[in-house]
Amino acid sequence: MASAPFKAQLTDLLNSMFAMDFLDEQFKELQMLEEASGPGFLTEVVTLFCGDAERIISQLDALLNEPAVDFGKVDANVHQLKGSSSSVGAKRVALVCIKFRNVCQENDKEGCIAALHEIRHEFDELRKKFQTMLQLEQQIQDLDSK
Amino acid sequence: MASYSGGKSNGGEGSSHQELHVLAVDDSLVDRKVITSLLRKSKYRVTAVDSGKRALELLDTEPNVNMIITDYSMPEMTGYELLKKVKESSELCQIPVVIMSSENVPTRINRCLEEGAEDFLLKPVQLSDVSRLCNRVLR
Repeated sequence: MASAPFKAQLTDLLNSMFAMDFLDEQFKELQMLEEASGPGFLTEVVTLFCGDAERIISQLDALLNEPAVDFGKVDANVHQLKGSSSSVGAKRVALVCIKFRNVCQENDKEGCIAALHEIRHEFDELRKKFQTMLQLEQQIQDLDSK
Repeated sequence: MASYSGGKSNGGEGSSHQELHVLAVDDSLVDRKVITSLLRKSKYRVTAVDSGKRALELLDTEPNVNMIITDYSMPEMTGYELLKKVKESSELCQIPVVIMSSENVPTRINRCLEEGAEDFLLKPVQLSDVSRLCNRVLR
């Protein structure tokens, strides 16, 4: 089958994402839901998550650039990002969010800025892998439907 | 994921499984998508809204809601505040309300159960949580 090599690539990619803690068991729940909801569900959730995360990271950047940082708002945004990353199984992003909340609760601006850089790094890495995953899924779908 | 049960179940009124209607309330777009899919996989009709205010507006016009499942931490009106308003309403108080939260705070959980929540689920919510919950609350 023409899609076989792409399926092998996708399997390898996902295995490495789980092994390196980019993803956790919650992502497997979403994979099971896709089986019931039909193709497109995972794409939609991943796309929603990436858009949401990008928006929150931009807001955090703006909040931390204020002369007087509103740590309450920062915490609320990080809480939201932690929630959505946990819901999609984005383990490393969720873990950095926990660190971020700890420094935020100490009103540590420098700590928050450092945590934001780390979140940005983790999210960028994850997003690249998600993009590759979605491209492979699309290729598989296109080939299997022929 | 853990859940904390309390109170008696108040199910729908003899509706078939496929007609049971769940109102999901969460300000997170991602979480709304996930909880909706979890509930639909369990064959429930789902309406998802992004705030307690919208939930109350819908409950005002849509009488056939068999269960409300709401996030705890939401801006303007928390899930706890929504729970209180539902339980204080003579028209709505029989609808079972389930709270979801990403934070395991015992005082929060107890407060919700004492206010009449049917259950308290820790996020991320999984299919097994929803199946167990709906089997118990919606018969």
